[in-house]
Amino acid sequence: MSDSNRPVLEVENLHTVIATQRGTFDVVDQVSFRLEAGETLGIVGESGSGKSMTGLSLLGLVPKPAASVVGGRVLLDGEDLRSKSEAELRQVRGRKISMILQDPQTSLNPAFTIGNQLLEALQVHERDSRQSLRQRAIQALRQVRVAAPERRVHDYPHQMSGGMKQRVVGAIAISCAPRVIIADEPTTSLDVTIQAQYLKLLEDLQRETGLALIFITHDFGIVARICQHLLVMYAGRIVEAGPVREIFNRPSHPYTRALLASVPTVERKVDRLPSIEGQPPPLHDLPKGCRFAPRCGFAETRCHEAYPGHSAGRSGHPRHIVNCWRAEEI
Amino acid sequence: MPPPAGGVARGSGRSFGLASRYPLVPITILMIVLVIPSFFADLIAPHDPYAASVPNRLEPPVFAGGTWEFPLGTDRLGRDILSRTIHGAKYALSISLVGIFLGTILGTAVGLAAGYFRGWTDRIVMRVVDVSFALPSILLALALAAAFGSSFEGVIFVVVFVLWSYFARQVRGEVLSLRERDFVARARVAGAGHGRIIFRHILPNVMNTVIVLATLQIGVVIILEASLSFLGIGIPRPTPAWGLLVADGRALVVSAWWVSLIPGLAILLTVLSVNLFGDWLRDRLDPKLRQR
Amino acid sequence: MSKFFLVRFSEAIVALWAITVIVFALTHLSGSPVDALLPDDATPEQAQMLIEEWGLDRPLLVQYFTFLGNVLQGDFGDSLKWRGQTAMGVVLDHLPATLQLGSFAVLIGVVVAVPLGVLAAARKNSAIDTSANVLALLGQSIPNFWLGIILVWLFGVTLGWLPTSGRGGFSHMILPAIAMSWFQIAALTRLTRSAMLDVLDAEYIKLARIKGLGERAVVWKHALRNAAIVPLTYFGVLAGSILTGSVVIETVFAWPGIGWLAIEAIRGRDYPVVQSVVVVFAVIYILANLLVDLLYAYVDPRIRR
Repeated sequence: MSDSNRPVLEVENLHTVIATQRGTFDVVDQVSFRLEAGETLGIVGESGSGKSMTGLSLLGLVPKPAASVVGGRVLLDGEDLRSKSEAELRQVRGRKISMILQDPQTSLNPAFTIGNQLLEALQVHERDSRQSLRQRAIQALRQVRVAAPERRVHDYPHQMSGGMKQRVVGAIAISCAPRVIIADEPTTSLDVTIQAQYLKLLEDLQRETGLALIFITHDFGIVARICQHLLVMYAGRIVEAGPVREIFNRPSHPYTRALLASVPTVERKVDRLPSIEGQPPPLHDLPKGCRFAPRCGFAETRCHEAYPGHSAGRSGHPRHIVNCWRAEEI
Repeated sequence: MPPPAGGVARGSGRSFGLASRYPLVPITILMIVLVIPSFFADLIAPHDPYAASVPNRLEPPVFAGGTWEFPLGTDRLGRDILSRTIHGAKYALSISLVGIFLGTILGTAVGLAAGYFRGWTDRIVMRVVDVSFALPSILLALALAAAFGSSFEGVIFVVVFVLWSYFARQVRGEVLSLRERDFVARARVAGAGHGRIIFRHILPNVMNTVIVLATLQIGVVIILEASLSFLGIGIPRPTPAWGLLVADGRALVVSAWWVSLIPGLAILLTVLSVNLFGDWLRDRLDPKLRQR
Repeated sequence: MSKFFLVRFSEAIVALWAITVIVFALTHLSGSPVDALLPDDATPEQAQMLIEEWGLDRPLLVQYFTFLGNVLQGDFGDSLKWRGQTAMGVVLDHLPATLQLGSFAVLIGVVVAVPLGVLAAARKNSAIDTSANVLALLGQSIPNFWLGIILVWLFGVTLGWLPTSGRGGFSHMILPAIAMSWFQIAALTRLTRSAMLDVLDAEYIKLARIKGLGERAVVWKHALRNAAIVPLTYFGVLAGSILTGSVVIETVFAWPGIGWLAIEAIRGRDYPVVQSVVVVFAVIYILANLLVDLLYAYVDPRIRR
């Protein structure tokens, strides 16, 4: 269906706001990127940088009624999801684009067997006999390397380990063979060995099915391992984007550099960054200029006054871009 | 992603914010319907609440064709309903205050002991609390009334019985977490005895919760007392307690609806205002008790 | 699960036992039980007969165990008001009426309150949420006996639509059932709403939406199934309010159930019947609570093991 010229997913100027008692604020702003089949895009940033909200915005599932997607285009196989009605969006969710949530302990419904929950994911989209859907559910479990899937379908979530549950969530995500899966920190709550297994599983699935993956994380070790492209987000906006290799070799935004300098590894996950002073700005009090400026060692007057536009990253790669006034000087 | 400081707006509790915005409304209604009549019944009431007057029996209220002589009508014996309702406030107020006072003290004391000493004290107390939760108050009221007849003491006993276990459970929960806090440990290190720690350090910290819970129970107690009186197993006749006044009108509903309607409205207004006021107090003193 | 039930079951037994102690103690504390048991116009010979029949001259503890033995056999002696019948027989005759009215009231309560609570939570701060809140507030503030009388006045007397007292066809049941379910509707709506609000924030609700499920399946299947646990546990408490309700409402509507019977028996000083009602009520209440625990295990598979 897709030729190499047309990306599976193309996002332009995604804009999501949240309404609070203090007013309405941007949580995702001017976010654009593209994703091709079989590709993995990493989105990194601190907690609250808008990375999870970006994932939910793509699906049109931001927490209602406080948050809403107010602008931009989300082209999935050339179809704009933003112009679809809620009923049409439901046809797309799970079938063409799906998501794996962060905490496997809470993302399965405790009241139903996992077979029931898998079957349900298929029944929403596929018109087929219950029997053959059952077979496909078992097949999906087999794909995520769950042993003895015929028996496990009768299990309730509480009878499974965290890693196993996350595999089931993965099986639900791939059951309808979607084009894109958004994985929102899927390994954060797993222990290290299970984490490594799960990443391997995602890579294998990707090779087998050619799906495109958006991997939301704050762990550069994971990015280095499975992503080809990377978005670095800060306070709702992209500060740097490009091929992982180029960004790792020539980080161009002071924030990216600080992130990389804090040397996170698979073993040491870093959520608050020790090498950067201060904290991200609160949404209700965003700086007028560059949002990182208050914490940036290189900031000068113009940084505080106006938001920088796109410029080329230091690697010179055509897809490597950075939003920094001083990217070329520093 | 965490919501920004200030939080996302949400509704507040069962009164959906009405009480928090206008606490003066329930307070004013309470003053008019419950408090002022309780203390100044003899001054306000136009008639003697016990004075029967056969020629004036079953006079309708003034808005239904009656006269200003009996603004809210008269009952089967020609007694003035307004005066009886005014005098009735005394009984609603005193029973609920005395009952809640005793129930609160008993329950709080038990809860403090259970939560502070833990161990077997706690286990025994909580078993007793569980069992008394399992006994519906109406059974006790029936058994009491059958054995002793209806009496003020019986009503208060039932009220205390209903309340103590509720307070014991809530206070115990609070104390269990309080006793692990630093200031308790510091007091203990400083050589304070159990009594001092309980009354000087722990009790003041549970007072807000206790006050809020007690306020929220006033409505429950008023309805309980009125129900028992209505059934004839509460306050004895011929006292003009609200429940009894409503009972007077039950058989007259075909001919004289006002006999039941008026005192019932007094109960409704009182309980409604107490509940709204309780919500307001809870939001002020102990927001963690608020349900969404 | 077996341990869970064992604990609940032993608690139930203890509660039941406590009732027998209270009933026994009250009979004796109130002076000579003979006074309570006999009509005012009884002769001294009758009193003496009763003392011997009931073994009232024996030690208290012996009397208690005799009483307990009788209770276990459901034997409370003969009714004093309904001559020629055993107290328990009188109670059992009136029990079906109470069960009929009570279950109809619970049905109304569930049918109204659960959907209302669910909708109020699913559309938080909407008009339906506000009306649910107002209803809950009124439900807690309107005394049900008064509501019963007002319903009689409005629908029975003024409009003449429905019968106002006694037991008869289905139409006789409507007004008392509404009055009885009134408080339950308020309590259940509020509970369902707050339980649903908690559940709707859960990750598995997000996942259900990600799967492409419609809002109806998300709310009524995924959320309600989990939220139902909270109102369900409250049913035990509710059973108590239904017992109280049955005494009050049956009296208002002259509905010949055991609640009405209890008040009639107290008026007639028929102490054996009062005792039987109290014990039967306690058994019903405790059974209802055990049933709730069973349902609880059904709804929440985590405690089913």
